[in-house]
Amino acid sequence: MPDTMIEVNGLTKYYGEHLAVDNISFHVEKGEVVGFLGPNGSGKTTTMRILTGYLPPSTGAASIAGHDTMTGSLEARRHIGYLPETVPLYTDMTVEDYLQFLGTIRGMRGPYLQKRIDVAIERVKLGDYRKSLIHKLSKGYRQRTGLAQAILHEPEVLILDEPTVGIDPIQVVETRELIKELGREQTLLLSTHILPEVSAVCERVLIINEGILVAEDTPDNLAVRLRGTEQVQAEIRGPSADVIRELRALEGVTSARYIDTATGPRYTIESPSGNDLREKIAEMVVMHGWGLLQLSVVPMSLEEIFLELTTADDEEASAR
Amino acid sequence: MNRPTVSMPRVSPGGVKTYLASTWRNTFAIFWKESKTYFTSPMAYIIGGVFLAITGYLFVSSISVPFPEASIRGWLEPSTTVFILWAPAITMRLLAEEQKLGTLELLMTSPIRDYEIVLGKFAAVLAILFATLVLTLFYSIMLFLYGDPDFGPLLTGYLGIFLFGGASLSIGMLASSLTSNQVVAAIVSFGVLLLMLLTQQAADITSGLAAQVLEGVSLSGHFEDFSRGILDTNNVVYYLSVMAFFLFLTIRNVESRRWR
Ligand SMILES: Nc1ncnc2c1ncn2[C@@H]1O[C@H](COP(=O)(O)OP(=O)(O)O)[C@@H](O)[C@H]1O
Ligand SMILES: [Mg+2]
Repeated sequence: MPDTMIEVNGLTKYYGEHLAVDNISFHVEKGEVVGFLGPNGSGKTTTMRILTGYLPPSTGAASIAGHDTMTGSLEARRHIGYLPETVPLYTDMTVEDYLQFLGTIRGMRGPYLQKRIDVAIERVKLGDYRKSLIHKLSKGYRQRTGLAQAILHEPEVLILDEPTVGIDPIQVVETRELIKELGREQTLLLSTHILPEVSAVCERVLIINEGILVAEDTPDNLAVRLRGTEQVQAEIRGPSADVIRELRALEGVTSARYIDTATGPRYTIESPSGNDLREKIAEMVVMHGWGLLQLSVVPMSLEEIFLELTTADDEEASAR
Repeated sequence: MNRPTVSMPRVSPGGVKTYLASTWRNTFAIFWKESKTYFTSPMAYIIGGVFLAITGYLFVSSISVPFPEASIRGWLEPSTTVFILWAPAITMRLLAEEQKLGTLELLMTSPIRDYEIVLGKFAAVLAILFATLVLTLFYSIMLFLYGDPDFGPLLTGYLGIFLFGGASLSIGMLASSLTSNQVVAAIVSFGVLLLMLLTQQAADITSGLAAQVLEGVSLSGHFEDFSRGILDTNNVVYYLSVMAFFLFLTIRNVESRRWR
């Protein structure tokens, strides 16, 4: 059994003249949970469709568990559980019949299939709905049905294309939790344009923008590597207009903002990375006789990293 | 850029058997799912009901003439025209709906071959055809009860109508593979079927080579012999070829997604 579950080499995809995926390479090892992050239209779905053998690459190659997705398509497909972006459901079937059918075309039958259906339904927590018609289910439960389908045959590789798009916030949280659990037992490639999702679920992130793979790292490393600015949050008791003015006057401060949060007023202060402003701020506050209630460095959120990455001007992108 | 995608199975001595076994299993799985969908949907019963109502009417009028013939020809021959409505109605959802629901992507990324999808679906609509024709046996039973029909024409007539229906269904299936819109699929297959019936009329008013060619492709022209009790292999081969041709095009069209 090869340890590299997904291997992508110089993959390029043109739709006619339009370049959708531009020479990307990456690999996913057995057991890894990898996020595929990029804004809409960046080529995530296209890449996943190539991985699942639905589309051919224009140039380059991809393989799943050692099987080329073109020359060994059928064999590669046996190792994949795939949830496409628009959840493919036979809406006039019951959840159970749907899984029964999909299990059959994946070569399972009889008591073994029954057991697998039970396990899949259990894992996505669909127990109460197994006899429900799919079109009667809410979006979140439809998504679960789609997930159940993807894990039904115990695939070695799970490929999920934007699995939380279009479902309501409460169900998003539950679905994410579910995916996290699946990731503990399976190799998983998950695409999303929602940032908290990758940091919540993934060990490693691939960031794609306009078909180009712009970064690849762990969420934590990325945060370090890409920290262009350092952010400090302070809770200061004092006249806010004066506090802001004094904060902005400090050397190295690029911006200072006042935010009224539920837990009290806060100030967000930014500086170029490498400057720890906390000492200077503390000194300044004490000098004015104001009260310093809290002072902390904010680790940059992936959301900001992402914005940073994908809105970066050309020199920043090419410098990488 | 376009590389062949359907990898030929590496056939080892024992491989052929496993290959056939898996093909059979997969095709049957598609067939079964499709049949279940038809037999549990009200649409299929409505379509079947309308079909029986029209053919029933044709049957009654065929025996309501001054000197009725105890044969199925009287209603069978005009019934072929009913198929150009029936076949599009039955086949329109077959592949169009899979495209609309996105489930075709699911099928095509499952370890199942494209032709198995198409053949399984075709087998399912043939089963519907068969079931529908079984219901029309009622008319023949009436003939036996109240008359003395010849057995030969009855058998060939039914074989003919089955082949005719199968050919119509294969055309409908191709249309359904071309679009995700069921209505468009129905209109396209209706149009093609109508054209293939009209060639018979065109053949009747032309002569020479043109007439022969038109007659040759005509869907109804090959049916007459069957209803007269004549079993001509040419006609059987014609309908089988039509089915093979349109099935082939459907398979190619489905798998073309993989090399576009
Ligand atoms: N079938 C297609 N035909 C033509 N262009 C397409 C097709 N699918 C996607 N594209 C284009 O390719 C680019 C990448 O799309 P996609 O892979 O769907 O991105 P994502 O999934 O990241 O939103 C987009 O510019 C999109 O418009
Ligand atoms: Mg997408």
